[in-house]
Amino acid sequence: MSNTQEPISRVSIICAKGGLDEVYPALILANGARMEGIEATLFFTFFGMKAVMKATYENLKVATVGNSALNLAMPMMKMPVTIPFPTLIGAIPGVSSLSTWMMKREMEELDIPPVGEFLEMISDAGAGIFACKLAMDMFKLTRDDLIPQVEGVLTVGEFYAKSAGASIIFT
Amino acid sequence: MPEKIIAGKTVNVDDEGYLVDYKEWTEEMALEIARAEGIEELTDRHLLVINFMRAEFEANGTGPSIRRLNKKSGVPTKELYQLFPGGPAKKAARIAGITKPQGCV
Repeated sequence: MSNTQEPISRVSIICAKGGLDEVYPALILANGARMEGIEATLFFTFFGMKAVMKATYENLKVATVGNSALNLAMPMMKMPVTIPFPTLIGAIPGVSSLSTWMMKREMEELDIPPVGEFLEMISDAGAGIFACKLAMDMFKLTRDDLIPQVEGVLTVGEFYAKSAGASIIFT
Repeated sequence: MPEKIIAGKTVNVDDEGYLVDYKEWTEEMALEIARAEGIEELTDRHLLVINFMRAEFEANGTGPSIRRLNKKSGVPTKELYQLFPGGPAKKAARIAGITKPQGCV
């Protein structure tokens, strides 16, 4: 493939949300960058912190309330994608867990690792994983609350300094 | 389809230089392709990965994902990136003479 544009050599990916479906795009982009030989930094902030907290990273959920695109998951239940997924059904206890379980099963089939294993893989691939200082303060977290793959805690300024020359991607 | 002479043998390659028919591959070619990719020597660990990729390709028609590579070949992710700097799955696929891996993970 010919490409006259300068190839991307560095990316900084921000993950600011903590739903299972909201964390994966950041993980896939970071890992995919390393697979292409692109330097990658992965920065978790705000509710995205859930993905790097020991207490929560294994239990991220798919939001089934107020998620108007959830009917995309219908084919996983062998139902047509045109069937709507009403928010009221999403609010029934257990539905979010069931949706999460289904999505995880589907991902395992596609060889997409669970969040913890994925973060380990991304870290081993040489990407830097960082957490946001302000989010740490806001959610009353200490370094000990975070998984060991988190390399450090950064202020916004430090994040920008680390992102010098990188394309910044907000997910 | 472009042709290329690798290790004295004329083979068909695609636009990005991946071998079109993995059966045309020889171990001598692997070393020549590796050197063009900046890997001077192929160690036993390189060969372990390369042979695993070829076996996977033969069985599934496509190269493995990094995760599969790591789990089934037993070579840790860190080492994969050290062995094939700048993109293990693609570099190893190129050296192993199989087509470009299509997966996203």
